Amino acid sequence: MTDKIKIKDLNFHYGAKQALKNINLSVKEKEITALIGPSGCGKTTFLRCLNRMHDLYPGNRYEGEIIIDGKNILEKGLDLIKLRSRVGMVFQKPTPFPMSMFENVAFGVKLMGIRKKKEISERVEKALRDSALWDEIKDRLNEPALSLSGGQQQRLCIARAVAVEPEVILMDEPCSALDPVATAKIEDLMTDLKKYYTVVIVTHNMQQAARVSEYTGFFMLGEVVEFDFTQKIFTAPANKLTEDYITGRFG
Amino acid sequence: MDAQSFHYMRRKFYNLLALSVSVLSAGFGIFFLFWILKDVISFGLPALNGSFFTELPAPPGAEGGGLANAIFGTILITVVATVIGVPSGILAGTYLSEYGRKSRVASVVRFVSDILVSAPSIVVGVFVYALLVKPFGGFSAIAGAVALSIIMLPVVIRTSEEMLKLVPDATREAALALGAPHWKVTVHVVYRGALRGITTGVMLAVARVSGETAPLLFTSFNNSFWNFDMSEPTATLTVTIFNYAMGPYEDWHQKAWGGAFLITAIVLCVTLLSRLIVRRKAA
Repeated sequence: MTDKIKIKDLNFHYGAKQALKNINLSVKEKEITALIGPSGCGKTTFLRCLNRMHDLYPGNRYEGEIIIDGKNILEKGLDLIKLRSRVGMVFQKPTPFPMSMFENVAFGVKLMGIRKKKEISERVEKALRDSALWDEIKDRLNEPALSLSGGQQQRLCIARAVAVEPEVILMDEPCSALDPVATAKIEDLMTDLKKYYTVVIVTHNMQQAARVSEYTGFFMLGEVVEFDFTQKIFTAPANKLTEDYITGRFG
Repeated sequence: MDAQSFHYMRRKFYNLLALSVSVLSAGFGIFFLFWILKDVISFGLPALNGSFFTELPAPPGAEGGGLANAIFGTILITVVATVIGVPSGILAGTYLSEYGRKSRVASVVRFVSDILVSAPSIVVGVFVYALLVKPFGGFSAIAGAVALSIIMLPVVIRTSEEMLKLVPDATREAALALGAPHWKVTVHVVYRGALRGITTGVMLAVARVSGETAPLLFTSFNNSFWNFDMSEPTATLTVTIFNYAMGPYEDWHQKAWGGAFLITAIVLCVTLLSRLIVRRKAA
């Protein structure tokens, strides 16, 4: 498997506060990489570096390199719009836009410069099918997205992210606001998505990391304690801290 | 009586006291409101008839005639004021909420518009007199519309900003994370979320300025005839009410009451409409 994203000596600061220290790891193409660790350890901060979401707020500073397909995305003058269309994101709480279900997904499709009505509908349908939502909502596509249940909203957001045809999808605790049934659906979906996309997921649920991911990184206090095959992390962790965390001795 | 039941009695007494004071205060406010409404309806409604809406004012002293030109003038000036004030107000609110945020420029704009909200409307009238009436040699409808739009502006700016701020940042982030440019996020996503709130704010601003008199006295002034030229003096309901109520003729007083009723009804309708929009939002 080739490396899709290579992170080299990444440091990140919120103003004066350093949130990430010397992160080095590689994300494999078309696999699911899970990031686990106690609250406040920097997993979400790290995830938001990968599409430069931190640039929205003043005072944030990156050091080091994040190389996607051979190109450092931390370079000055990088086209953030282009980067974000290649690296999509699904947030912790569902973020449907205040418009109909169809329009939510079509928003992404239209961003790709597609104007023909027929093609937009086709792509919306495909994205919704890929997100296992089509059969549930195909009869009420013009109703507001906010009328969906939490789990459906989250799958709609995944559909919207997929509709842009990104290469990487970042998921920030996508199931933390959902019940077990909806969680199971999203996990199934992730397994389908990895056929086409590189997925990086932050999760608090260690079973989830164990179930869906191929690689797992364990974060603590802004550092990567251990990064390896998921199976190895959960059966024979090399670091004592990792073992303590996954066996529930702290965190 | 033991100490516990004494405390209980005291609590009940203070509760009753607080309740009666607030009910009395509310009643005091509503009493005058209804008194005004009662007078406006009982004196104003009988003054309305067909010619009130269709005819020009009769010559001083003569009976009959109507306020058709003033009704048209009020609508014209309010519409033009809205066309000037609302887009610039919404765009300024957009700047404050979506771009300026905590910047210095934004806080200055916020501060100035807060001052402008409480500026006496007659001051705005005098300002526009110096700006548009004096240099161009006469009163005009456009000067009146500009005065009203200046009064409208700060209200629209602040309500737009507040309504846009209610759209969660997570929604903006989600749109930006799709690779949408900032302007598209603002226009297609954030405006969508704030549309109804902004509409309500705009309606209330329109209702407020449609009842203004002072700024029009120095700007659009008055006219006894039809006027469709924005550069000429134009009659409005409020200025007509002012003149007629001060006048010596009983018929004028009648017409002033009729005008007062009409402007009150218009303001009430606009306010109700904005309420209706908010209620639909909640549903």
